[in-house]
Amino acid sequence: MVTSTATAAASSGHDWGDVAASDASLRRFLHGLPGVDQVGAEARAAGLGTRSIKTTAKAFALDLAIRMVDLTTLEGQDTPGKVRALCAKAIRPDPSDPTCPSTAAVCVYSDLVATAKEALGSSGVHVASVATAFPSGRAALDVKLADTRDAVAAGADEVDMVIDRGAFLAGRYLEVFEEIEAVRAASGPAHLKVILETGELQTYDNVRRASWLAMMAGANFIKTSTGKVQPAATLPVTLVMLEAVRDYREQTGRMIGVKPAGGIRTSKDAIKYLVMVNEVAGPDWLDPDWFRFGASTLLNDLLMQRTKMQTGRYSGPDYFTLD
Amino acid sequence: MSRLDVRKTYKLFIGGAFPRSESGHSYVVDDVRGRFVANAALASRKDARDAVAAARKAFPGWSGRTAYNRGQVVYRIAEVMEDRRPQFVQAVRQGEGGTAATAEKELDAAIDRLVWYAGWADKIAQVVGNANPVAGPFFNLSTPEPTGVVAVVAPAESSLLGLVSVVAPVIVTGNTVVVAASAQRPLPAVTFAEVLATSDVPGGVVNILTGALDRTIPTLASHMDVNAIDLTGLAGDPEQGRALEVAAAENLKRVRRAPSAEPDWDADPGLDRMTDFLETKTVWHPIGV
Repeated sequence: MVTSTATAAASSGHDWGDVAASDASLRRFLHGLPGVDQVGAEARAAGLGTRSIKTTAKAFALDLAIRMVDLTTLEGQDTPGKVRALCAKAIRPDPSDPTCPSTAAVCVYSDLVATAKEALGSSGVHVASVATAFPSGRAALDVKLADTRDAVAAGADEVDMVIDRGAFLAGRYLEVFEEIEAVRAASGPAHLKVILETGELQTYDNVRRASWLAMMAGANFIKTSTGKVQPAATLPVTLVMLEAVRDYREQTGRMIGVKPAGGIRTSKDAIKYLVMVNEVAGPDWLDPDWFRFGASTLLNDLLMQRTKMQTGRYSGPDYFTLD
Repeated sequence: MSRLDVRKTYKLFIGGAFPRSESGHSYVVDDVRGRFVANAALASRKDARDAVAAARKAFPGWSGRTAYNRGQVVYRIAEVMEDRRPQFVQAVRQGEGGTAATAEKELDAAIDRLVWYAGWADKIAQVVGNANPVAGPFFNLSTPEPTGVVAVVAPAESSLLGLVSVVAPVIVTGNTVVVAASAQRPLPAVTFAEVLATSDVPGGVVNILTGALDRTIPTLASHMDVNAIDLTGLAGDPEQGRALEVAAAENLKRVRRAPSAEPDWDADPGLDRMTDFLETKTVWHPIGV
């Protein structure tokens, strides 16, 4: 126990030793967090969604959103060929326009990391790999750690782990905490994104608790969803998570990223998220290092909107790759 | 005691639903004598964009149906129109003036035209398709296929017969359509939308925009996801017709050019309104040993 909290303190720059000393102290801390005003959070998210973003601000937002995309394919039917095609698209989303930026990363299953790494080469686009028995998170700890080590060994720059929602909902917070710490250690140099799967957490209070739990255990990013559960990312849930990273930085000085994933399909939605990042967490988070979109079809809509802004003509799906 | 008039504000018809214009704007529609009839939605370029998206979404399902089934659906439109005769007669008289008898006659012609095109659904392939004789052991078959999403500028004068005469030939072959209705006389198009919504036409196959044409048709002409455009409604306006043809050239849309004057809608329609929005696919198939 002493050794594992020591590593967490080292990585987070803040000593949570007292809090994480036992299940009881962790529960006391997490349940001591202020409750989320559900109506207020939803109203605030809806209010921020009505901001009008036009012309140069829209052009800026579209390019920023493209740079923030984790282009994702997490299907049982993924093949090396599909992953290579996705990597080509991540490097050069719009082949007809050299000014179009690359996406932040591609996100694949761990067995396809090597393929993605090879295809991306030195382009600067990262490879993110899901791990720890994604998407359910139901496996023994050593299986999850082996999964993580395999992904990192194959060259993953970022690891997207899922928390054990069963343990979290049953109140076994320390188990979840230690599992995240163990995966953090197994990830080595790779960035760790912790998927809370907010669609299964039932309440905003739980989202806030899970966010703090993940941050205290050493996450670099907190991510809403696997994309396999409905509802996936929503604006209010992301609002709660952005408040958590903002408060966490105020308290500890350490900055954590946020990644909404799943269900974000249109540029309009993406821009709503960016407005919320700016207003809730602050402009420091308006950067691909601190905010990401986990998405697949979103990129096509961003490209269509970008083309529309440049040419004045509405574009169509015929002019972009299907994926 | 006199009764208060119910002043109606009509909406657009996009994707099988009746949304308000995204712009929130509407405009006053007067009858031929300048008296208020109703408000109609003033469609914006974003409504045009949404209509194209709805038409694109509906295209695979509609073009994938059997020709026989599409014929049945178009025939069903005629049946439902027959049930709404008084409403159509009133709408035509308000917009175009004239007597009840002339309006009835125009309605008869519009319904007959739908039935006529419905009959063509499963016959057009036999007429314009072919089994080509080739110098080799192959079947060589040419078959007509729908072009895709077609934008139609409906006639300005003939608000019912003209509208039906430009929409029916486009959809009966499997295209989906975005129609910019007559700006001055939109009410028959609105009633036609209500007929479409209550017949068997899948949502998105026909989308109807009302309002000033210059707000929507430049968007439709330049839209990269529209495959063809029919400029019939710009009869006698070669300037605007030319500008739209230039915009349409960007993605090589098929263009049916604006005529010099509005056609005589009572004349035999011929096949060209169907064949203009068809592509010929030719397949070579080896003849077995």
